[in-house]
Amino acid sequence: MADVSLRKVVKRYDEVEAVRGIDLDIADHEFVVLVGPSGCGKSTTLRMIAGLEDISDGDIMIGGDVVNDVPPKDRDIAMVFQNYALYPHMTVAENMSFGLRLKNYPKAEIKSRVTEAARMLDITDLIDRKPKQLSGGQRQRVAMGRAIVRNPKVFLFDEPLSNLDAKLRVQMRIEIKKVHQKVRTTTVYVTHDQVEAMTLADRVVVMNHGRIEQIGTPNELYHKPATRFVASFIGSPAMNFVPCRLEDVGGKLNVRLTDRLAFALPPARAARYQSLSRTDRLLLGIRPEHVMEARPHAGPGVEPFDAVLDVTEPMGMETLVYFTLEGSQVCGRVSPNAGAQDGSPLRLAVDLNNMHLLNEVTGAVL
Amino acid sequence: MVDVAFQPNRTAAAQSGRRRVGLRNALRRKSMSAFLMTLPLILLIAILVIYPAIYSLHLATLNKAMTKFVGFGNFEFLFKRETFWLVVKQSCIFAISAVVFKALIGFIVAHFVHNVPANKQRKWRGMLLVPWVIPPAMSTLAWLWLFDPSYSAFNYTLSFFGIGPIPWTGDAMWARFSVILVNVWYGAPFFMIMYLAALKSVPEQLYEAAAIDGANWWQRIWYVTLPMMRNIIAITTLFSLIVTFANFDIVRILTAGGPLDHTHIFATWAFRVGIEGSDIPLGASVSLFMVPILAVAAIFILRDITKRGNES
Repeated sequence: MADVSLRKVVKRYDEVEAVRGIDLDIADHEFVVLVGPSGCGKSTTLRMIAGLEDISDGDIMIGGDVVNDVPPKDRDIAMVFQNYALYPHMTVAENMSFGLRLKNYPKAEIKSRVTEAARMLDITDLIDRKPKQLSGGQRQRVAMGRAIVRNPKVFLFDEPLSNLDAKLRVQMRIEIKKVHQKVRTTTVYVTHDQVEAMTLADRVVVMNHGRIEQIGTPNELYHKPATRFVASFIGSPAMNFVPCRLEDVGGKLNVRLTDRLAFALPPARAARYQSLSRTDRLLLGIRPEHVMEARPHAGPGVEPFDAVLDVTEPMGMETLVYFTLEGSQVCGRVSPNAGAQDGSPLRLAVDLNNMHLLNEVTGAVL
Repeated sequence: MVDVAFQPNRTAAAQSGRRRVGLRNALRRKSMSAFLMTLPLILLIAILVIYPAIYSLHLATLNKAMTKFVGFGNFEFLFKRETFWLVVKQSCIFAISAVVFKALIGFIVAHFVHNVPANKQRKWRGMLLVPWVIPPAMSTLAWLWLFDPSYSAFNYTLSFFGIGPIPWTGDAMWARFSVILVNVWYGAPFFMIMYLAALKSVPEQLYEAAAIDGANWWQRIWYVTLPMMRNIIAITTLFSLIVTFANFDIVRILTAGGPLDHTHIFATWAFRVGIEGSDIPLGASVSLFMVPILAVAAIFILRDITKRGNES
């Protein structure tokens, strides 16, 4: 097992820069997820770590050794692909042992490793089957088994759950987490699904336009996003953004959303934003769970307001409500008993203790 | 009584109604409509393939004057002739070696074209297909000039290296080599295009997985490319074997079976004895001899295809 470091790594395809000089340190045993929208450079980064893509500039180190010019087979890595990439003419056992056979491992050791991995992944019964006789989930397990038997320094996962249905995806997510808990191999996992990223990762790397937007634990990214992109990408439903400005009213700092709607900031937030210019164009960032039905005796910083609901989405344990503020659609989460109905008014409240202020121009969280 | 008087008409109406319903039901059955839709092709095959096949079987049982039934007499006569066994041997050597070289060259060239950048691939593909699209009768004439004892461009070139002159079509061994060479030149592009299509259908991720698993270039070919192309290789080989066994034009134009029958293959020898020797029943017997040989080859080659099915 080993740590992985990326130093100013760049990938250019002719004139296009797919990865624009990223720095990343992945510690030994760590599970890091690269997440971002399509075309953000996450898969390219993973493929550069694997050695399947050349590096245009910068250095990649595995276990302290620069591996820029080392071929994939000599990097001691294992990769799980999106479409599994199982050899269709080989049985499950042959697929799993292929790498070991090429390296001329003793037959007894190959057998014991395959048996152990199959047992860990619960595919012992499938060992003599061909990939076409397996379901998507089983194929995914075999692909993971093929990686595990190699006992590599680093596991690389390239959107491994994208081809599975929603239910199986949740199940396999848990399986992957369990496997990592058992083998503790350094893992780099690429996905566009922020839920996968949040649930699996020790640390999440959010990428956009070939750059790293933010690195942090799932909770850090959720509660302390650095940019508007991260704030909107992490969390479902996404964070609400409403244009606003700051104003001083009677010695207190207010955030004004519309001519008729302004909220007094709680003391902690007021102190934090006191130094900001009153003329800056700002965005109020608030997550849906911090827009809820108004309750009597709400704590400090929870400000009530009236809204006319455009759409409601009953989810069972909660109801998502959508309304419009200053031309921006806002989503809130209310109790199923709050009486939310399409087109009807509802008294809501916003918890400003969990608010974010963003610069509308730069997108930076202030 | 009135009812009874009208009964025959009613019965007829009911029967015709039932017939219509029966016809409609028959048409509604998938197998029936499929049969009707393929009927024109079945008729065409019957006229163009089955009738000539049966007719040639019939011909093979007649005497030279085609007036008397001789049973297996023609075959018995053939088996006693040395030339026939020479033709069998030459046909096998010609077909097998030509197919092996066509497959080998096609495979190598397909790899080369597959690795050419996409924007240049069309040009290469087009150029490499040229031998296959020129009518072989015409291109073989060009080869005939290249091999000509007096004007051979090959011999002229080789003379600079102190080699030759080589009797390309005058010596039995060289003549066999020449007809195989021309057949390979003509047929390799077909293998190339089939293998290229097969190569393109192999998912790139399998190669990437193999590269990560530690496979070198040769191991990737052996463990990924070849198994993934097995079915295409088998079908292409079988198809080419049939066509090469039945080849006529190249040998006919290049050597006409010479020298001393040493390049005759089934089709050219059947032509020689049947048309030129005016013994059509014997010619039919020679050409029929290809059937069992090809049938055995087909069974062996196709056996694995059905067993493997579509593994991907």
